[in-house]
Amino acid sequence: MSAIPSLFDLSRVPPVDQVGIEERAAGLGRRSIKKEAKRAGIRLAMSMLDLTTLEGKDSEGKVRQLCRKAIRPLPEDPTVPHVAAICVYPNFVAIAKDALGTSGVKVASVATGFPAGQVPLPVKLDDTRRAVEAGADEIDMVIDRGAFLSGEYDRVTDEILAVKEACGAAHLKVILETGELETYDNVRRASDLAMAAGADFIKTSTGKVTPAATAPVVLVMLEAIRDHYLATGRRVGMKPAGGIKTSKQALHLLVLVKETLGDAWLTPDLFRIGASTLANDLLMQLAKESSGRYQNEDYFTKD
Amino acid sequence: MATEIDERAERKAAVRRFEAERPRIEFGTAWEYSPAPESADIVRIEKRENLFIDGKFVPSRSGRVFETINPATEEVLSEVAEGGEADVDAAVRAAEDAHRKRWSRLRPAERGKYIYRIARLMQEKSRELAVLETLNGGKPIKESRDVDVPLAIAHFFYHAGWADKLEYAFPRHRVSSIGVCGQIVPWNFPLLMAAWKIAPALAAGNTVVLKPAETTPLTSLALARICQEADLPPGVVNIVPGAGETGAQLVNHPRVRKVAFTGSTEVGKLIQRAIAGSGKRLSLELGGKAANIVFEDAAIDQAVEGIVNGIYFNQGHVCCAGSRLLVQESVAEKVLEKLKLRIETLRVGDPMDKNTDVGAINSRMQLDKIRELVACGVEEGARLHQSSCALPTKGFFFPPTFFSEVAQSHRIAREEIFGPVLAVMTFRTPDEAVEKANNIPYGLSAGVWTDKGSKIFQITSRMRAGVVWANTFNKFDPASPFGGYKESGFGREGGMHGLRAYVELS
Amino acid sequence: MSGKNARPRNRARESGNESLQIRKTYKLYVGGEFLRTESGRADAVESPRGAFLANISRGSRKDLREAVRKARAAQSGWASRSAYNRGQILYRMAEMMEGRVEGFEKLLRETRGSTAAAARREVRAAIDRLVHYAGWSDKFTALLGTVNPVASSYFDFSVPEPMGVVGIVAPNAPDLLGLVSHLAPVLVAGNSAVVLVSEKHPLASLELAEVLATSDLPGGVANLISGRRDELVPHLARHMDVQAIADAGGDSGLSKLLGEDAAVNVKRVRRYSVRDYASEDAQGLDFIEAFVEIKTTWHPIGV
Repeated sequence: MSAIPSLFDLSRVPPVDQVGIEERAAGLGRRSIKKEAKRAGIRLAMSMLDLTTLEGKDSEGKVRQLCRKAIRPLPEDPTVPHVAAICVYPNFVAIAKDALGTSGVKVASVATGFPAGQVPLPVKLDDTRRAVEAGADEIDMVIDRGAFLSGEYDRVTDEILAVKEACGAAHLKVILETGELETYDNVRRASDLAMAAGADFIKTSTGKVTPAATAPVVLVMLEAIRDHYLATGRRVGMKPAGGIKTSKQALHLLVLVKETLGDAWLTPDLFRIGASTLANDLLMQLAKESSGRYQNEDYFTKD
Repeated sequence: MATEIDERAERKAAVRRFEAERPRIEFGTAWEYSPAPESADIVRIEKRENLFIDGKFVPSRSGRVFETINPATEEVLSEVAEGGEADVDAAVRAAEDAHRKRWSRLRPAERGKYIYRIARLMQEKSRELAVLETLNGGKPIKESRDVDVPLAIAHFFYHAGWADKLEYAFPRHRVSSIGVCGQIVPWNFPLLMAAWKIAPALAAGNTVVLKPAETTPLTSLALARICQEADLPPGVVNIVPGAGETGAQLVNHPRVRKVAFTGSTEVGKLIQRAIAGSGKRLSLELGGKAANIVFEDAAIDQAVEGIVNGIYFNQGHVCCAGSRLLVQESVAEKVLEKLKLRIETLRVGDPMDKNTDVGAINSRMQLDKIRELVACGVEEGARLHQSSCALPTKGFFFPPTFFSEVAQSHRIAREEIFGPVLAVMTFRTPDEAVEKANNIPYGLSAGVWTDKGSKIFQITSRMRAGVVWANTFNKFDPASPFGGYKESGFGREGGMHGLRAYVELS
Repeated sequence: MSGKNARPRNRARESGNESLQIRKTYKLYVGGEFLRTESGRADAVESPRGAFLANISRGSRKDLREAVRKARAAQSGWASRSAYNRGQILYRMAEMMEGRVEGFEKLLRETRGSTAAAARREVRAAIDRLVHYAGWSDKFTALLGTVNPVASSYFDFSVPEPMGVVGIVAPNAPDLLGLVSHLAPVLVAGNSAVVLVSEKHPLASLELAEVLATSDLPGGVANLISGRRDELVPHLARHMDVQAIADAGGDSGLSKLLGEDAAVNVKRVRRYSVRDYASEDAQGLDFIEAFVEIKTTWHPIGV
C-alpha cells in the first residue's frame, strides 16, 4: 500500500493506436534533411549526446578516453560542439567528473540497480545518493518493470518519488525500458506516471534490451511530454537511448521533436540522445557534408 | 450596476491573464529544414501533346488545343490537343475494332500478361510519373511518390491477375466483356483514377476511351506512352483529353457500351439522365461530405492525425475527404487544441519540395470556390482557424483551415468544398453522432474513432456510407472495394466487387 | 351434418332467394393497412372477355407518398431483424399463400384467363419462390461479402447492406409470380418496398396483401399500390426518399422516363425483362445483389 496518495490517474491516460502511431512516426521519418539543415542537425545532435559506456569491462582508462572525446569530439575542428554528458556507472562518476573538469560536459550516472532495477528500495536510494555525492549532475534511474506490468503503479510512483528526493539537486531521468513494456499503451502510461512522480526527463531504455528507442516509442513519449506541459506548464525532457547508431536516426529523432514539441525542446536542456557509437557517424556525415566525399572510419577516433 | 461591470471587466482580465500565461508550443525556426526540391529534369514534356488514338499520338481533327499549366507556378507546361466529336468518334471506333478483332479474342491469361507488363513499366518510370503528376496537378511530390503512383501500379498488378479468373468471381455465370468503355476521370488523382478505370476494364476484356480532366491530362498521356512501350494492341486504350464537351460526346457516343465516371454529383446526375434508356451500363463515383466521428474514448493523438489526413491530404481535393468532424463534447476542446497545434506543423508550399505536406490548389477556379465557401462560413458565424503559414506569392494556394462552432445548417457543413477546409461540429451521444453523420445527401465514406471494439462495429454498421474507416482514414488498396451510397454514386471500384462493373454475365 | 341445417338453404333456393356472394373490396396495402385511395378514384377491372370483375383503387401520388413514408419508417427496423427472423417471415408468407391457393388460382383464371393448369403452376411457382428466398436470408451475406487482403496492417472487409426503400414496377403479367419474384429478394436483403402492382391484372397482387398482412411482416415493409403506371411511375422515380427501383414494367418508353427521373437522387435502377418467370433463372443471388450496397470497413491491426 502506498504511503502517499497516488499522483497518477490511470483514467486520464489516453490509449495509443499502434498502427496510427507507427504510420505517423514513419511519415516523419521521410522528411528530407539536406544541406544546411543536415549540418545544423548533426551539430545539434552532437550537443545533445549522452556519450555512454555501460559495460562490465569499463575501466578508468576507458572512461578518461571517452571524456576526451566528449569535450572535443573532432580534435581538428573546435567548432564541433562538445556533447551534453558522459553517462557511466556510479563507480566512474568521480573519475569522469575529474576528467571533464570545467568543460561544461555533465556527468550522468545510472543508478537504482541498473539495468534490471531488481534490488530493494534502500539499495536503490543508497546507489543514487552515492552517485550524487560522487558528483553526478544527473541520475538515470530504472523503473521496476515487473511492478509496473503487474499493475503496482503506486509502488513504481513511490520509488520514483523516493529516488527524486535522494537526487537532491541532480536531475532525474527515469528509464522506462520500453522494450520490456512492449505496448505503446504501456509506454504512454509509464511516461505519464513518471512525469507525475516528478521525473525531469523520461528515457526510453537501458540499452540492454531490444527493441529500444524506436521512432514510434519516442513519438509516444514526446506526445506524453507535450500533453503534460499543456496541462501543467512543466517542461519535461526526453532521452531516447539504445540502438541509435546513425546520423539518419538522430536526424529523424530531431524531426520528431521539432514537429511534436517545437523549438523549446530543441536544446540539450530538454532533449538528449543516449548512444555510444553515434558520435563517429555524426562526425563522418559532417565531414561528408563539408567535403562532398564519403568517409572512412579510420579517419575518426574510436575511444 | 457599476460593480457588476467592474466584476465583468475583472473576469475578462483574468481570462486574458490566463490565456497569456497558458503553456504554448511554438513551432519556429530553431532548426529549419532546407529546401529539398525534387528535380523536374527527369521528365520531358512536349510543347505539344497529342491525343492517343488507335495506338498513335495524333493531333485533334479540329486542330484545337488548350494550355495545361503548373498550378503552383501558373506556368504553361504544354499545349494539349482537345478532343472533339470526330476525335471521340475515331477513338471509339478504334476501341470497338480492337475489342472485336483483338482484345476480346485474346486468351484471358495473355490479357493479364499485358496488364502485368504495364504495371512493370510504370514501376520503372514511377519517379517520372510522380514528378509529372505533381507538376501538372499541384499535389505534394511526397504524395504522388508515396501514394498516387504506387497505388496506380498496384491497381494494374491486382487486376492483371483477375484476367483469367473471372469465372471464379461470378460462379454459375458465363462471363464476357461488355465492349467499349467510355471513362471520365477527375483532376484530383489523375493517374490513379485512370488506373482505377483502365485496369479492371482491360482485365475483363473491354477496351477503353478515357478522357482525363481538362487541367491534368499529362500523366494519362504518359500512361499512353507506357501502353505503347508495352506493345498493347492499338485501340485497346485511347486517351482523348478535353473538357466537359468532350466528355459529353464520349458518354453519348452510341457505340460506347459502358460509361464510368468519377467527378461531381452534379455532372453524374446529368450523365445518368443522358444515358437513361440507352442500355449503356453505368458506374458513378461522385461527391462526398464525409463525417469523421471522434468519441471521447478514442486514441486522441491518432485521431488528430486521422483528422489531418482526412481533410488536408491532397489539399482536401478528395471525394472521400473527412470534411465534417463530429467530436464528442467532452473532448472537443482538447481535440481542437491539438488540431490547432498540428496544422501549424503542416508545411504548405512548393509541391516539388519533398517536405511539403500541402501543395497547390488544382486551379484558379477551384481556389475561387474554396475562398467563396470559406467567406460564407465566416459570414454564417462559424469560427475560423487557419494555419499561420506563409503562402507562396505565385500559384494557387490556400492555408489549412478549419471552422469550429459550425451548425448542421451552415453551407460549409452541407456542401462539398473540395479544399483544405474542415467543418467541426460537436455531439453528446452516439445516436446524435450517427444521426448527424448520416444527415447529408452523400454517402461515400465515414470515419469512426473509438477504443471500444463493440462500439466500432455498431457505429460503422450504422454509417450510410460505402467506405468506413475505423481508427484510420483515407486508406486505399486495389483489393478493397471503393464506392458510395446515396448521391455519392453507385458501383464499386477495386476488389472483387469492382469487377462487376466491367463484365457481362449470362 | 344433419338435414336440419341444410334446410334453410333449400328454402332460400326454393323461394328464389339465393345467398348472395360477398364480393371483396380491393384496397391499397400501405403501412400494414388496407386503405382506399385518398383520391377517391376507382378503376374497373375486367376479365379478358370484358366482364366486370371488381373495382380497384386508382392510387394517386399522395398514396404513393404515404407508402414511401411508411416504407421509410419501417425499413431500419426490418433491416435490424436477424437474418434468421427475416427468413422465417418469408417462409411464413409461403405458408399463408399455401392456405389461399384456390383463391389465387381463381383470380388468375378470371383476370388473365389462365387455364386451371397454368394458374396452378403459377401459384405453386410463386410459393416456391418465397421458400427459395426465405432460405437466402442468412446466406447471401456470406456469398456477397469479402475479406480483402490489403497491403497494409489493416483488417478490411466488405459486406452487403440494404439500400433502403426500393420501388418495384411489377410486370403486368405474370402478375402474381412476377410480383413475388421481385418483391422477395428485395425484402430478404432488408429493404422495404413500394410496389406498383400489375396495371392490367391487379387483383391477385392485391390479394397477396392479405398474405403479407398475416405473415408477421411488419407493417410498412411491403406496400402495394394499384393504379395507372403513367401517373405513378414519375412520382416514384423522382421521389427523393426512394433509393432504388426494380423496373420490370416492360414498357421501354416509360422505362426511359423512369431512368431519367431516377437521376434526381442518383437512384439505382435495375431494369428487368424476364422471359420466363417460372424458370429457375428468374431467381437467385443476382436478384438480391441488385438491391444491396457494399460497405467496406477498415480497421488497424495492432495491440
